[in-house]
Amino acid sequence: MSKKGLETMVGLFVLLGLAGALFLSLKAANLASFGERKGYTVSAKFDNIGGLKARAPVRSAGVTIGRVRHISLDPKTYQGVVTMEIDLGVRFPKDSSAKILTSGLLGDQYIGLEPGADEKELVAGDVIRQTQSAVVLENLIGQMIFNKAADAGDGAEKKNEPAK
Amino acid sequence: MITAEWVAELGARTLRVLRSFGRAAFFFIDLLVHVPAALRRFSLVLRQIHAIGNLSLVIILSSGLAVGFVLALQMYYALVTYGATESLGLIVNLSLVRELGPVVTALLFAGRAGTSLTAEIGLMKAGEQLSAMEMMAVDPRSRVLAPRFIGGVVSMPLLAILFSAIGILGAYVVGVLLIGLDSGNFWSLMQDRVDVWRDVGNGVVKSFAFGVVCTAVALYQGHETEATPEGVAYATTRTVVVSSLSVLGIDFMLTALMFSTP
Repeated sequence: MSKKGLETMVGLFVLLGLAGALFLSLKAANLASFGERKGYTVSAKFDNIGGLKARAPVRSAGVTIGRVRHISLDPKTYQGVVTMEIDLGVRFPKDSSAKILTSGLLGDQYIGLEPGADEKELVAGDVIRQTQSAVVLENLIGQMIFNKAADAGDGAEKKNEPAK
Repeated sequence: MITAEWVAELGARTLRVLRSFGRAAFFFIDLLVHVPAALRRFSLVLRQIHAIGNLSLVIILSSGLAVGFVLALQMYYALVTYGATESLGLIVNLSLVRELGPVVTALLFAGRAGTSLTAEIGLMKAGEQLSAMEMMAVDPRSRVLAPRFIGGVVSMPLLAILFSAIGILGAYVVGVLLIGLDSGNFWSLMQDRVDVWRDVGNGVVKSFAFGVVCTAVALYQGHETEATPEGVAYATTRTVVVSSLSVLGIDFMLTALMFSTP
């Protein structure tokens, strides 16, 4: 093969490889969603964040409007501080509330924002005051068993009373 | 008496293994030292990229497509019981980009390109061509070995990327066009959950490491071959066995390092 032909073939091979890399990063991974998303960050403190992870979606009325940037622990109050980035086009009242919810029974956890009624809007760096922690299944079951036991205890006491 | 012989035999074997490790390490360092000299004669490197990369395209692309088809079909049967068929694309994508793409490409590469490198170098050595070059004051390491090394190291990541890309397209053909899953879900779940640097980037790093290992093993086996027909045959076999096993071992270590946290 002539030198020119060889060079062209190798060039085509490299171009094909780069096209594959472009396809993998833009169409089959999240590179495209980095650039277009510009947002403002707000934070919220939760008593228990459950299984929430960084990059979890922030949703309002089921529509994804942002992502969790990072999660840390407030060393004074021992609460989990969740910093999230919300799309610039979406504005929320200052008294909006944040909940940690689960998609489906065993699905991933996400943050649900519910708009309040304040006329002022949340701006970058604000802290959401009203929060509701994640529902931890173990606590729920523990509480149920505790209630059952308490009910059974009451019943037993009542039965014993007339004998006294 | 028998035990003394046995101990001596054990010692001899250990020394032989250690010596071959040492020789391989020196060979590898020698190869790296001669890479800049080979880069200056770029037309030699170009010819090797063509021989190793371009000519491997057909087998890599057809295997990638087949793996994508089969993965999509099998995953569909498993996922449909749980009503989670929309994550088909995501599962195929992650398993290809993280594991199957680099590893299967490296195994095919060892069979397709590694063997031809070993046989070529081995026959050159058997025909005293390497010694003849040295007599003419041409360094065979920068003239023969290093261009092949660069060609292999450059080709492997490109081939692995193409393997993953065409595998995902194959999964799209089976999942969306044949089975009839939703095309929007297929792509959006991938874009939601696959990270460019963490998943795609680490896959490329893996395939780069495999490229270095496979090419170096093939060249070393060719260079160390005995100058007989049996020697060349034995060296080619060893190339496939040693590179495949080291790819699998290194893959396990790299996976443990890269993806140990969820």
